[in-house]
Order: sequence, then structure tokens, then C-alpha cells
Amino acid sequence: MQAELIEIRNHLAQHPPFDDMPEETLDRIVSGIEVAYFRAGTDILKLGERNAYLHYIRSGAVEMYRRTGELYNRLGEGEIFGQYGLLMSKTVRFPVKAIEDSLVYLIPDEIFRYLWENDDSFTDFVEVEDRSRLRSALSRREKSNQPMTARVTRLISRGPVTAPNTVRLQEAARIMTEQGVSALLLMDESGDSPKLSGIITDRDLRTRALSEALPSETPISDIMTDGLITTSSNSFIFEAMLTMLHNNVHHLPVMDGDKIRGVIALSDIVKHESQSSLYLVSNIYHQQDVKGLKRLSKEVPNTFVRMVREDANSHMIGSAMAGIGRSFSQRLLELGEEKLGPPPVPYCFMALGSMARDEQLVVTDQDNAMVLDDSFDPAKHDEYFLALAKFVSDGLAECGYTYCTGDIMATNQKWRQPLRVWKEYFADWIENPKAEALLNSNIFFDLDGIFGRTEYTEELKGFIAERASNSQRFLAMLARNALNRTPPLGFFRTFVMEESGKQAKTFNLKRRGTAPVSDLIRVHSLACASKAQNTFNRLKAIGDTKLIPEDGVDNLRDAFEFIAIVRIRHQALAIEAGREPDNNVRPEDLSPFERSHLKDAFQVVTQAQKFLKFRYHAQVARNV
Amino acid sequence: MSDDHESMTTDTPVANLPWPERFRELAKQAEDEQLKAFYEAGCVAPETPLKDVPFVGVDFETTGLDANKHSIVSIGVVPFTIDRVQLGGSRHWLVKPQLPLHQTSITIHGITHTDIDKAPDLDDILGEFLGCLAGRIPVVHYRNIERPFLNVALKWRIGQEIRFPVIDTMAIESHLHPRRQPNWWQRFRGQQAISIRLADSRLRYGLPHYPPHNALVDALASAELLMAQVQHHFSPETPIGDLWL
Repeated sequence: MQAELIEIRNHLAQHPPFDDMPEETLDRIVSGIEVAYFRAGTDILKLGERNAYLHYIRSGAVEMYRRTGELYNRLGEGEIFGQYGLLMSKTVRFPVKAIEDSLVYLIPDEIFRYLWENDDSFTDFVEVEDRSRLRSALSRREKSNQPMTARVTRLISRGPVTAPNTVRLQEAARIMTEQGVSALLLMDESGDSPKLSGIITDRDLRTRALSEALPSETPISDIMTDGLITTSSNSFIFEAMLTMLHNNVHHLPVMDGDKIRGVIALSDIVKHESQSSLYLVSNIYHQQDVKGLKRLSKEVPNTFVRMVREDANSHMIGSAMAGIGRSFSQRLLELGEEKLGPPPVPYCFMALGSMARDEQLVVTDQDNAMVLDDSFDPAKHDEYFLALAKFVSDGLAECGYTYCTGDIMATNQKWRQPLRVWKEYFADWIENPKAEALLNSNIFFDLDGIFGRTEYTEELKGFIAERASNSQRFLAMLARNALNRTPPLGFFRTFVMEESGKQAKTFNLKRRGTAPVSDLIRVHSLACASKAQNTFNRLKAIGDTKLIPEDGVDNLRDAFEFIAIVRIRHQALAIEAGREPDNNVRPEDLSPFERSHLKDAFQVVTQAQKFLKFRYHAQVARNV
Repeated sequence: MSDDHESMTTDTPVANLPWPERFRELAKQAEDEQLKAFYEAGCVAPETPLKDVPFVGVDFETTGLDANKHSIVSIGVVPFTIDRVQLGGSRHWLVKPQLPLHQTSITIHGITHTDIDKAPDLDDILGEFLGCLAGRIPVVHYRNIERPFLNVALKWRIGQEIRFPVIDTMAIESHLHPRRQPNWWQRFRGQQAISIRLADSRLRYGLPHYPPHNALVDALASAELLMAQVQHHFSPETPIGDLWL
């Protein structure tokens, strides 16, 4: 390259995928560049024509179309096109037209090939399609951090070892020895298909059989553990650890729906990963008073930052943070019951919003409610529950979970009601939907029982799933509300910033990022009668029903993950710098890589919002 | 737009010939081998459509504006056709000026005395430079720099001048904007004079800003400007004879 062309090299070097390339590579590219000029309105690439160049927009703007003529993408300075055809047959797959006068640098095929074969990040970047570009960005992250993001199925080295629950003690011990396992699953084979009914472990044999000198003919069902605690095959190892610790069990059957995938033992996990981030949670249960919990809560931001540094994904971090929040609530409820005595009637303490969705981050307020047994008599019992709710709410506030400004807390009498009243609430929201009212009650449609009779919450989830999926008016209204907040992406893929106030020149990655996605996914999820609460799980349920096309589901999942992880990293950086973490991001604080992928992600969200509007005939409300 | 350099020629019969024939005559008369080779490469016929013309963007950076008092310090060339510029064929030379390097031109071009001391004399690169021009139509922005400076330099070295047609992108802009000064009403409305300088002309066509005062970048900038001018105001079928000077 002639050194005088450094200006062109510098321009390339400011834009992905060229920004990480060594100078020699860039020089090589510049030497091969051919420059072309296209007046606004002229075709740059025509469908089916031969194309032997990667196109780089130096100035101007272009539009890319699908085969059908439908607009596919709009690109501007520093962006590339033409790679799809190059990778396939050297014929144009997405025609491109200049919409402004454009100067385009053409990078010949042989240099493209060279980069493709020698530069991994280039290869990832120009992957066949925009959407897969986003996906490969995510998977590259995941590759580097297997320990934090690995799922329990990684720990399963063999299929489940099972026996009928009618076997005798001696026989069970023989099977376990022969198979070399420390736990045996026992099946109820009386029905049409065998059902998991219990588990027996080495430790059970020792403590319940040998030490009691039980006869070898004892039916195994007499000493096995029933009411099994299991984990789902798509849960993370981290979650399985939490389950084991909280329930004090050392073995967990891993279930894929009704099917048993295998059993994992605590020792498997210990082998697999250090206990670093777990220390906090297990410690929560050892605290004897609010003061101890408060002291421990100072560790939460550090745990958060550590997980981000270890490159955990957003699902991982969201569920760990929600798990920590849940543990604080649970321990406070235990302490509250110790102080106030046992509850006069059964109840369930319910988490709402992000904690229920397992998507909590480090900046969060408390949203909770109580579902009381139908035998609840306000005159006799409410004094107790108010006191308990207040104890928990004050305790949570001490631990950094600030009071809910919308007063959605169990301390509010309205949200401390018997199951029957809760059903009336939901029936009213669903059957007489009013947009305004629904905006405020949105949060109740993300619910999770975290203490006490969690089956009450399960019953509510079932109630909601059934009613909501049958009410088109409700879905339309909910969809309409979900369109209130749009991604911060303007014409020409520029970020739209907040205009004034302290947040000027930033955009809010929660309000305009993750929230619009979880809002729209909630609508689809309720439409397909899913009881899932977590956005990723909801997406899986939606995908199963084919309510949205499969690649739509994948794209949304990738988009949500990317927006969430950028938001998480933004908060972690603030904590590390000793600043108050928030959701307001300045574009210049993002890397070009993040900026580019965020735009891809926002485009996916915009598309998904369009589909939502069309699918539920939602009228767009004014912006709020 | 009269061409002052044609009037400098004494052998009028040759000057009246169309360019291809004139190149053949000049080749016969040329005493210098390099110059002979340049003419022998030929010149396209005036009726050749622009899309078939091989061009070369050319720019000189000089120590001043007067060819008789100042000298060339650097040369940039970039070959192109009306739809593509080939950066791979671009060349840039620093050359040792015959006359002292003015302090002012140091600040403009960013070329230092040390650079110049190491630079070859124009003699040493003349063959290469004429080789880049051979068979191509030079494109410049403001033709009263390149041709006169080259003529003075050649006269000094080989005792002969050089003749060739050029495309002047500034002359094209000037033709497109004959009344560049706003009238009183337009001035009243705040309208600015239209500038036909390279950077300002490029802006009108949506071409990017390139840092000025580097011979190769300016050669590229003129080449891109011609591509844009043709797309906006002419056509690939326009005969080259309509545009060259």
C-alpha cells in the first residue's frame, strides 16, 4: 500500500470487522480496494448478477432488499454488504440500491477469501446473515466461559439407574453396587408407564437401614425418599447447586419433562466448579438476624461483578441474582415466623416482576405479595400477616431492595389477600381489560411463589394461563401496552437518545431494551397458555407451539441475551468504578462491536413488535 | 476557456491536428526516449465514450503557484475508469525541488527538508511517471498547475515541452455553476458563493472529506469527483472529446 493511503486504512480501522486487524492486513486490503461511486437511486447489486466484491460504504447510505423486494436492511458509513453472495455462489442474493450518493470501497473476492480463512473474528462477523452474526457473537462469548454457563446435563455421564419401587432392601443395594452408583431411582410401575416415585442413596442405606439393623427383606418404599426434588435438564449447574443447598440433598434427578435424563450428585458439582459465588447464598441461611443479612447484602454487588467477569450469560446472572433475592426473602420470612410465631392460616409469599422471571440485576426494588389461605379471616388473622409482611419488607429494604414506589408489596392490604380474591383480581384484569389499569398490573403476570404454600401461586399461574389464552381482548390490550416502549433505533440505524435531563445523550437499556422484549414475550406466552415466567423459558414454550416462526424465536432469544448482557456489563463497570449502577448507556461507551450488534438486536425487537401488533390486532397507544 | 498552453506551441500545423494524430506526429518529433514512448502509447479518439476511456488521476504538490518560480515536491497518480478506481495501481513520489523549498509550503504539505533531501530528482522518476500517464487521459482539479509545471520541468531537463489533453474537474464545476456569486437578493437571503474548490465540490456529490494537500489523496479525490460528475451531469456514453481540454 502507498503510505499516502493511510486515510483509507484509518477509516477501515474504525469499523468492525476491520477494527481488530493488524496494520499489515489492512494495508493488504487497501492495496486491493477499488473505489466506485453510486448516485442516489442507482442499483449497486442486482438480484442474480455476479458479484466478486465485499462492499464497504465509505460515505452515503444504501438499502438492501429481500428477493421479494421487501426492505431487509438499511446500511450506512462503515458498514459492509455483498458478503452473502460471495460466500455462496458469487451471485447476488440481496439486491442493494443507493439511497444517498454513495462512495463504496470494493474489496475483491481473493482478499475476502484470505480474510475468511485467516481471521476468525472477520469470519464470525460476515457470517451468512445479520441475525446469525448476532448469534455467533453470543456463542463466541459462551465458548470462553463454559464453567459458569454449563447446564446440568454436562454432568450426566450415564443414563439413570432405576429399579421398581417394589424391590427389597438387599436387591436395591445389590443393583447400586453392581452399577457403581451412589443413588438409585425407584419407579412406580403400577400405572401405564413407569413413574419416578423415590430415591435411595448410599447415605440413606447407612443411616436408615444399617444403623437401624433393618432386615434385608424390608420393602425399599419404606425407607426411600419420596416427594422428590428434581431439576430440569435445561437448568444451569449453578441453579442445581442452589437447589441442593437449599433443600439439603446431595442428589438431584435431572428431568426432561416426564423423562429422567440421569442423576447428578453434589460431588459431581464440586468437582466441576469451585464454590465461589455460592458462598453468599449458603451464608444467607446461616444468618440469625436482619443485621447479619444486611452485612451480607453488601457482598451482592461483588458477586454480581465477579459473575460478569467470569463471563456468565444474562440468564445465569439473572437467575443467580433472583436466587439471592429469594434467599434473602425466604430467610427473612423464617426469621419473621420465629419472631411472630407460626402463621394462623397457611399462606404463600409471592415474588413479582423481575425476581419472578429470574431476571433480577443488581439495581432493583422489591415487588411482592401474599396469597393467603381461603380460610383467612381479616379480623382475626390480618394483624399477623401485616406484621410479617412489614418485617420482611423492612428487612429487604435494609438489604438494599428498596421499597416499591408503586406500593406493590405485601404490606399493602390490597396485595395481601386470600387465594379466592386473587382469582377475582386476575379474572377482572383479564376479562375487563383496560389499557391504563393493565399497565399497572402488568407486573402481576410475572409471579412466583417463593415461600410457604407455593402451590397457591401455581394455582394462580394455571388460572391465568387458561383465562388469558382465551381472551382476545385482553391479549390485544396487553399487546398494545407492550408497544408503548420502542427500541432506541432511529432511521439509518442511529441510536435515539433521551433528549433532556440528566439522561440526555444516553439511552435506557432497560426501558427501551430488555423491558420491551420481556413485555412482548409475555403476551405471546400468555396467548399460548404457558405457565413459564422466565423470558427464555417463555420463548421455548412459544417456540414449541409455533406461535412465532422458529427463526423468530431464535432471533428474539439472541437479541434479548445481547441487550441484557450489555446492560449487565454496563452496571458491572459502574460498580467497579465506584459509581451508582444504572441503565443509561452512552453510545460512545460501547465498543464498535457492541454498537453494531446492539443495532442488530434492536432491529430484531422492532420486527417482533411489528409482528405483535399484527398478530393481536393491537392498536398503538400514545407514547408514555 | 482558452488553453493558454496550446498557444505556446510554435509548430501550428501539428497543434491543429486531432489528438490521436497529433500524438503520432509528436512521437516522431520527440528527441527524448521517455517522451517518445509516452506519445507512442497513443491517445483515444475524441468520439470515444467515457466508459471506454482509461483515465489517470494526477496531482502535483508544488512549492508555489508559478511554474517559473516554484517547483514540484510530490506527485500522485491513480489509474481509473469511469466506474472504478484501482487503488492498487496508485503511485506517489516525493521529488527534490530545483528551487528552494519555501517555509510556507512545508507547513501546507507537511513535507520536511529531510524528506526532500532523501527524495530523488524528478529526472530519476520521469520515465516511471510518464509510464503511468501513457495511454491514459489525465484528470486534474485545476489544470493550470500540472501541465505548466510539467512543461517547465521537462524544458529544463530535456529541452522539450509535453502536450496532452486533460480533463479538469474544476473546469467542469465552473461550467456547471457559471454564476457562483449570489446576486443581491440571494445575498440578502444569506446565500453563500458557490465554491468550486476540490473539497467543496466533492461535498456537493456526497463524497467524503479527505485530508487535503497530499498528492496521491488529491489525485484520488479528483478521480472520484469525475466519476460523480459523470453520473450526475453526463453519461457513460458522452464522448471524451466533449470534456477534454
